[in-house]
Amino acid sequence: MDMNEKAAKGKKIRHAVKLIVLVLLFLCFIFPFVLVVINVFKTKGDITSNPLALIGAHGFTFKNFPEAIRKMNFGSAFINSFIITVFSTVITILLSSMTAFLMVRNKWKVNGILFGLMIASMVIPFQVLMIPLVSLYGGWLGILNHRATLIFMHVGFSLSMATFMFHGAIHTNVPVSLEEAATIDGCTRWQTYWKIVFPLLKPTIATVAIIDAMAFWNDYLLPSLVLGRKELYTLPIATQAFYGTYSTDMGLVMAALLLAMLPILILYLFLQRYIVEGVTAGAVK
Amino acid sequence: MKTSTTSYKVRQFLLFGGVTTFVFCAVVIVPFLYGLYLTFTSWDGVSKEKPFVALANYATTFADSAYWQALGRTLVYSAIAVVLVNALAFFLAYMLTSGVKGQNFFRAGFFVPNLIGGIVLGYVWKFVFNRAFVAVGEKLNIGVLSDSWLATTNGALLCLIIVSVWQYAGYMMLIYVAGFMSVSEDVLEAARIDGCTGTQTLVHISVPLMASSFVQCLFLTITRCFMVYDVNLSLTNGEPFNSSVLAAMHVYNQAFKYKNYGAGQAEAVVLFAVCAIVGVLQVSIGKKAEVEA
Repeated sequence: MDMNEKAAKGKKIRHAVKLIVLVLLFLCFIFPFVLVVINVFKTKGDITSNPLALIGAHGFTFKNFPEAIRKMNFGSAFINSFIITVFSTVITILLSSMTAFLMVRNKWKVNGILFGLMIASMVIPFQVLMIPLVSLYGGWLGILNHRATLIFMHVGFSLSMATFMFHGAIHTNVPVSLEEAATIDGCTRWQTYWKIVFPLLKPTIATVAIIDAMAFWNDYLLPSLVLGRKELYTLPIATQAFYGTYSTDMGLVMAALLLAMLPILILYLFLQRYIVEGVTAGAVK
Repeated sequence: MKTSTTSYKVRQFLLFGGVTTFVFCAVVIVPFLYGLYLTFTSWDGVSKEKPFVALANYATTFADSAYWQALGRTLVYSAIAVVLVNALAFFLAYMLTSGVKGQNFFRAGFFVPNLIGGIVLGYVWKFVFNRAFVAVGEKLNIGVLSDSWLATTNGALLCLIIVSVWQYAGYMMLIYVAGFMSVSEDVLEAARIDGCTGTQTLVHISVPLMASSFVQCLFLTITRCFMVYDVNLSLTNGEPFNSSVLAAMHVYNQAFKYKNYGAGQAEAVVLFAVCAIVGVLQVSIGKKAEVEA
């Protein structure tokens, strides 16, 4: 009895220690964000004189927000990011799942070659492709500075990984017998795909959507090379350009950084479970 | 059925894979091959002429000491960051699968930095290093903190490592959590009955069974660290005195800042080769460990 009590007590203490360590680490993790939040409501002078104070000497101010929104063109950057992310994600999912279906169900040589190329291409770093991309699409075709061009490239870069993931999902989760039944009922391959197979892929669609949408939303290097005109800027480019011009006004910078983070943080509040699950599922594959 | 005729095959392929093949080739395959061709020219990015210079760009690459310094710096930065990211991520995952209160909250919380792009994160941390740390240093009279770390040559690299560890640990933690959860309860129970302590179970049962998580996390962190650009740009921009220019930034500057497109592309190809060798080595060593376990 005494031993048991001792053991129980020891367990409780260990649990408490773990919890304290975790809380401390967690505070370290969110410290940068907290710092942005407390400084965003201060004047530029208050930030410089004491960035650690909860409230500045001149009190609360909301002035930073409207000015930052105007100066970084937040509205247009947000809309650009949104359009580009949504279209790139949807097109990637439609194309890659269709192709994966083709590859899993037909063991043709050409499919094998395409799949092999896709797998191999995943190790190519973006830096190897960026110079030829700019040269081909800018110099030769002259179609940079269009949102559609960026969407096209986003799709091209993410197809390999997405096809690979759908390939696995169709291989393991879609029974061939279902498709055979549909064929007997008179469905063409096209109809079978959209009516039977695609709906069964929902979990993988969610995973691919989350991983790709996050990558598109946050991408900087490719969009910065493709979109050179101010009215086409996405949020990361707008943030970078804004910092270049207003880096001395820390109040504005804080507001701009918070604005750039807010959309995805708000989304995370609602979809947190799905995002964590999606990322885990995507990584384990 | 007519499912074996060539025309059926062609139609099916075009229907389900035609667009994919076109986009994939247009964005990845063609630029890759064209990029290899560019390395044999001395193109300046503007003119129509692309003079053929054979291997001159590769000779320049091998003679460019700034490039090798950047590459060496990237290796040092990656080695330290990869070890720290994985150590912290594994530790967090271990703690967060042991039944602590609020596990899910912590898991979601530690993941937050991964939601936000490198540009924004870099500027947030720039503020932390330049203002907050300095303010703490001045207030508490801590000498090490009272000057911004970003202003010193080794400090800037250290800052990059800190931010990378902070950024990636939450992501890798999720993979390790999945690894811990995949270890079957029966095996752990058996170990407990046989008298294993917690540490023994961890070292001899869980870790070997999680080998694939390690392979995956190492691969992801190595490739990400090797190719890092966003945070490098926003946090240090290569400053001070080009002491924190990592390989990807060097390639970018060579091409787009100094307009040496051919040389920049050659450096990118060499970077790719180094990266591929490291990746293949790591995966093959990892796979061996997996089989033995």
